[in-house]
Amino acid sequence: MTFRHFGTAAATAVTLAFAASPASAVTEIQWWHAMTGPNNDVVVKLANDFNASQSDYKIVPSFKGSYADTLNAGIAAFRAGNAPGIMQVFEVGTATMMAAKGAIKPVFELMKEQGESFDPKSYLPAITGYYSTAKGDMLSFPFNSSSMVMWVNLDALKKAGIDAPPKTWPEVFADAKKLHANSPTCGFSSSWVTWGFIEQFSAWHNQPIGTKANGLDGFDTVLEFNTPLETKLLENLVELQKDKSYDYSGRTNTGEGRFTSGECGLYMTSSAFYPNVKANAKFNYTAVPMPYFPDVKGAPQNSIIGGASLWVMGGKSKEEYKGIAKFFTFLSDTDRQVHLHEVSGYLPITKAAYEKTKASGFYEKNPILEVPLKELTNKEPTENSRGLRFGGMVQMRDVWSEEIEAALAGKKSAKEALDTAVSRGNQMLRQFERTASK
Amino acid sequence: MENRAIFSGKALACLLVLPQLAISLIFFYWPAAQAVWQSFLVQDAFGLSTEFVWFENYVNLLQTPEYYQAIGTTFVFSLLVVFFSLAIGLLLAVMANQNIRGVQIYRTFLIIPYAVAPAVASVLFIFMFQPGLGMIARALQRNGIDWNPVLNGTHAMILIVIVSVWNQISYNFLFFLAGLQSIPKSVIEAAAIDGARPMRRFWTIIFPLLSPTTFFLIVVNITYAFFNTLGIIDTATEGGPNGSTATLVYKVFLDGKAGSDLGGSAAQSVILMIIVVLLTAIQFRYVEKKVHY
Repeated sequence: MTFRHFGTAAATAVTLAFAASPASAVTEIQWWHAMTGPNNDVVVKLANDFNASQSDYKIVPSFKGSYADTLNAGIAAFRAGNAPGIMQVFEVGTATMMAAKGAIKPVFELMKEQGESFDPKSYLPAITGYYSTAKGDMLSFPFNSSSMVMWVNLDALKKAGIDAPPKTWPEVFADAKKLHANSPTCGFSSSWVTWGFIEQFSAWHNQPIGTKANGLDGFDTVLEFNTPLETKLLENLVELQKDKSYDYSGRTNTGEGRFTSGECGLYMTSSAFYPNVKANAKFNYTAVPMPYFPDVKGAPQNSIIGGASLWVMGGKSKEEYKGIAKFFTFLSDTDRQVHLHEVSGYLPITKAAYEKTKASGFYEKNPILEVPLKELTNKEPTENSRGLRFGGMVQMRDVWSEEIEAALAGKKSAKEALDTAVSRGNQMLRQFERTASK
Repeated sequence: MENRAIFSGKALACLLVLPQLAISLIFFYWPAAQAVWQSFLVQDAFGLSTEFVWFENYVNLLQTPEYYQAIGTTFVFSLLVVFFSLAIGLLLAVMANQNIRGVQIYRTFLIIPYAVAPAVASVLFIFMFQPGLGMIARALQRNGIDWNPVLNGTHAMILIVIVSVWNQISYNFLFFLAGLQSIPKSVIEAAAIDGARPMRRFWTIIFPLLSPTTFFLIVVNITYAFFNTLGIIDTATEGGPNGSTATLVYKVFLDGKAGSDLGGSAAQSVILMIIVVLLTAIQFRYVEKKVHY
């Protein structure tokens, strides 16, 4: 074959490929996410179902690693002018995303522009509040949400002579000591230490973590969680850590196996731990709401969420935005939300989906799945319990964890550790405020 | 001999050096220059707003106590890793250099750990050393040692040193073995005939003759401990507890990645670059003089 012939053949092949492929009419939308295992299957199935339901748009999901990896991949792609259409970002990345005006397209704006029917009031405020402006405009679309609960090994409790799961912190401390008598390495433990002991703890007791409604009202927020109440909690934990009645299990959820193995009788972690407990716990278990200090007026308030939401990136074509808006409408469908909630254990995002699941009697068979919803909707959220929005929150959690670790290891007093956590955090907030594009 | 007969002009010589130069420029000098430039900027994560701040990132850095802690941690960690990985590598090489049955099998097995990626090595050791999960952790606890790398900084340091050493031994073993085999047998035999016992033969003949290899490995191992252990630390301890295993390179990674603070992170990498350049220069200037080629 001569070069000329080859050229003609290639040109013909290209023409044929274009003519034969229907792809030219379909708008592809990249969806970058961080879901693994069964939840990855959920993402893929959602995309497939949406793609099958219409023929104009094609959602292409791709897994980008951990939450932090996905966020970084998205940031790098944006800097290279190649951002995906939809990006899944964990809740602590919210401030970083919303500060990047021009890099993102707020969801409320998108839905309005594209004329999709969209009523912010139909979503659960405890969930969307975290991802909305102070005025209530939804910035990103909640995808997988959970809250923190206390997991209880009922058999271990019985063996230790405890009648009922603890409701308050003093009860938890007392029970931890009793459980410790039967399990010398651990009575009570926890994952996501700052999410549980600072973020949730403050919201649950209606105490501020920072000024300006925990940062929701502006980036000039100042941390203030080094309160006597917070100090009291940490002091108690430090005391219990000495004989391992409370035993620290790390910053993330790597220690969760200590509950399912039966080592720790009480374990505070995400409600999304449910599928794992169901598969692995060989004892009677349940989950109860987080404990509170009964001497705090108004406690318990309501819990806040964890998990991730979907952000729409800026600078995309009209067709892509149209497709994304349609996809969000598709996701909000009541039956789809009910199904997602039941298979993944993540919380439903619309009120209708919650009501429908309730009416179907699902929670009577699976009461554990309703615990986080009851926590989130326990009371109308206040300034202190709508959520939090601190710049650099990803690393801030590391800094707070470091200080809690210093206290638990006996290197600093609880008060000192919290003071340092606040001052180091404030430094980071000022740095962020400076770079956040106005 | 007239070398110039082969290369008549400078043009061809330059042409032949060009690919190497291009690689160095594109993959080494350009990124390094970018890091220096970035270290003078304050920028948000998405690069939407940029401010030129001169040395502010450096000043901030030198005012954080955690940074000095990281410098200390890095030196302690590197010293431990370099010493143990060299010592154990040498010991194994000497053992495997003898005429024993199945020596090929031993040698092959000793090289295998090098094929394990650092992060994977970390996971393997976590399975053994994680309290409540690992066999060794439980055995330690049963024997009254309160092994807890999640909260005890010293334990966490021991853990990452063990993983890093284990991962690097094979490399050192391989080079030491090659070094040992290049030592002329006649010299050792002569010493043996003169009545020198194995230990004496080792310290007076073998070890000095190995010094080029040892020197090379010290340089390589320091670079390894400074840079390549990032994956191990990230998987095993994430720099914790309380920053006690956060080395300089881990802080660069953490502040750049989790903190999205590219300016501060770049300033740290520039300082790190200077430290390593200085260390290597010192080694070549002073230590190399003691090496017998």
